[in-house]
Amino acid sequence: MALDKQTTAKREFKVVGTRPLRPDGVDKVTGKALYGADLTAPGMLVGKILRSPHPHARIRSIDTSAAEAAPGVKAVITHADFTLPDDEDMRDILVNCMAFNKALYDGHAVAAVAAISEAAAKAALKLIKVDYEVLPHVTDVDEAMKPDAPVIERGRQAETVGEGFSENVTSYCEFGHGDIEAGFTRADHVIERSFKTEATHQGYIEPHACLATFTTDGKADLWCCTQGQYMVRRVCSAIMDMEASQLRVTPSEIGGGFGGKTTVFIEPVALMLAKKSGRPVKIVMSRSDVLRASGPTCSSSMDVRIGMTKDGRITAGHAKLRYQGGAFPCGTVEMGAMAAFAAYDLEAVRTQGWNAMTNRPKQAAYRAPGAPMAIYAVESVVDELCQHLGLDPLDVRLKNAAKAGTKASYGVTFTDIGLSACLAAAKAHPHYAAPLGPGQGRGVSCGFWFNFGGDTCVTLNVNMDGTVSVTEGNPDIGGSRASIGMMAAEELGVPFDKVRTQVVDTASLGYNEVTDGSRVTFAVGLATIKAAQAAKAEMCRRAAMIWGIDAEAVTWEDGCAKPSGPNAGDFPPMTLAEIAAVSSQTGGPIAGHHEVNADGAGVSFGVHLVDVEVDPETGATKVLRYTVFQDAGKAVHPDYVEGQMQGGAVQGIGWALNEEYIYGEDGRLQNAGFLDYRVPVASDLPMIDTVILEIPNPGHPYGVRGVGETSIVPPLAAIANAVSRAAGVRLTELPMSPPRILAALDAARPKAAAE
Amino acid sequence: MVKVAIWGSLRGFTEGRAEIEVEAATTKEMLDKLVEAYPGLRPQVERGVSVAIDGFVYKDAWFTPIRPDSEVVLMPLMVGG
Repeated sequence: MALDKQTTAKREFKVVGTRPLRPDGVDKVTGKALYGADLTAPGMLVGKILRSPHPHARIRSIDTSAAEAAPGVKAVITHADFTLPDDEDMRDILVNCMAFNKALYDGHAVAAVAAISEAAAKAALKLIKVDYEVLPHVTDVDEAMKPDAPVIERGRQAETVGEGFSENVTSYCEFGHGDIEAGFTRADHVIERSFKTEATHQGYIEPHACLATFTTDGKADLWCCTQGQYMVRRVCSAIMDMEASQLRVTPSEIGGGFGGKTTVFIEPVALMLAKKSGRPVKIVMSRSDVLRASGPTCSSSMDVRIGMTKDGRITAGHAKLRYQGGAFPCGTVEMGAMAAFAAYDLEAVRTQGWNAMTNRPKQAAYRAPGAPMAIYAVESVVDELCQHLGLDPLDVRLKNAAKAGTKASYGVTFTDIGLSACLAAAKAHPHYAAPLGPGQGRGVSCGFWFNFGGDTCVTLNVNMDGTVSVTEGNPDIGGSRASIGMMAAEELGVPFDKVRTQVVDTASLGYNEVTDGSRVTFAVGLATIKAAQAAKAEMCRRAAMIWGIDAEAVTWEDGCAKPSGPNAGDFPPMTLAEIAAVSSQTGGPIAGHHEVNADGAGVSFGVHLVDVEVDPETGATKVLRYTVFQDAGKAVHPDYVEGQMQGGAVQGIGWALNEEYIYGEDGRLQNAGFLDYRVPVASDLPMIDTVILEIPNPGHPYGVRGVGETSIVPPLAAIANAVSRAAGVRLTELPMSPPRILAALDAARPKAAAE
Repeated sequence: MVKVAIWGSLRGFTEGRAEIEVEAATTKEMLDKLVEAYPGLRPQVERGVSVAIDGFVYKDAWFTPIRPDSEVVLMPLMVGG
């Protein structure tokens, strides 16, 4: 669709910008909401998956005969039950769900059982005999890139990769402009540092769960927790070699996704077990399985070099990013390479990125995938330059900030963006002037994300009682039902409580892309506004019929159809409810639809400010104060926008301080549980303060920008900069867990003593 | 004619050119002409690309109009979380 440039005039909103009660709140706090694992069906079987204990092993054979004969077992499946699809992406998804010739990581599924009880299914798993030939493994990205590294799979290298790398390196990308060496020559000081970040998990509370049924005539139903029921239908129908129309996917309520539920892990397995057994099959992943075998983020190894003049002008920036995204090709490094320097207006910039396969689970998206680590490295070096040159970190960022007209490092010239406004707001905020105590440090970082639109389909029905039903196809992971309903109410001119928004199954609407890319409030909101406009046009037509005047002589204002002027006639306004009440008599039900591949999402920037205190005895970091500044374009429901900003900050704090995938020498995950994989909880944190800025996005009728992802980008660097200033030593590896901070302090002490 | 900016790692397939001129009025035409002129770009285009036109990113939108003076930037296919 061509860009929708409706946001030209400043608009006064009545519903948008208010804070009504969340429509899903009561169900969630009373336990009524139905999540993936809550669904049951008559005759349902329990599905369980056998997983590889080896990080890398050839599967010589799998003997399922004893399991098949076990009491209560109704079906056992392996890769032999599936046919590899022709499409490479689909093939990778299937092989990740069920290993074919090799187990590629600790926890990789190798077989599955459906039985009448959990106990019977578990017992049957123990009877499956897998003959493995254990192979050398690699889990570290730098090791995986070496020419002599164990190769995960041959033939996956893209044409862009040069000589001298392992076959594990699947892709290479490069962005930038200008002469960077000339830029470094102009600098008064240049700093180059290397960084590493570990893989983290999205940490959604709800594990993956699904329930599959298969009829004898080849139709199937699947209920699951997902960020995209249409994606599940597309992928599963391809894997099951069935027509998409024969598979209906219904999304459950979702207990967190953050990108981790934008693909499938268990759904094809449940479908195949249901097909083979002829019974409904439910699979619920354990927390251990979620951590071992769903989709964590990439780990990274990065080198960043930046030059700066004495007065704080960045003269050149160069980043080399090496990401691993598990045992399959992964494009996330491209996002990181494009985002790394996006916050800066630079004459000379270059980013290079390599992806390497390792014996780890297949990476899935995690809020702004690829950007947090790259921007962490860049923002750390910027901060160190500020320290070295004695410059204020916010002043330096303001001096170099990208703005309208800036050519970004990835080639695009920005239009209206809110980075400078966020920086100025941070500079003026009382937090920035608050005194710091001993052992405390303050960190600043910018963040950026692209935001997307994509395929979207909405139906809006005007009910005969004057209420409005909106059906949309994107699972609500961040409050979208509220914001979509508010935009419908705003456009129609009715109260918010007259609108109910529901997320429907794949049979009810056309294709909707997954809930990702911070796209839903933007794209579904846009489609909802258009659908409401279509319904308004129809209601004006119905009123015109009743009044006996031309439809063009009727306008919609304040929730009513009105004659457009004195010449149109003298008729009292008809409300939506009055028109709806006689809809049958005036031609039938009234509805509006809109289907679109929405574009014009508009990029998003944010700035985070944090104070921490580092305990030099234990290496523990306490977050004392945290403030998020972010451009939302237009905050439809400010509570939810603030929630997104706070949630992203907290997940980023976890990434910075605690969370990491720890693999042992044996290539097995050492901390597959929430006791050892430590996410921050409320008691670890101060209240996260938020400042919403509103620089309207010209691509949306109300100026909306996505807000869901940008907020996880700055915390890694903001915390690292605060910790480094508090500890008096630059930390270059995440997470900055107490042992790492103590090691850095110990390493710095003799040096400091010598100086 | 429109000028299309090519990201760095693809320049090995465009004889080192960072910017390519093609005769195109839509994104589909532009991508077809690019691949026709530089067949080495085909694997990447088939894997998927996004196209930024005048600062806004478009994904799989074949008939998005391109004006001769538009800024057109080829980008990897966007994914989000």
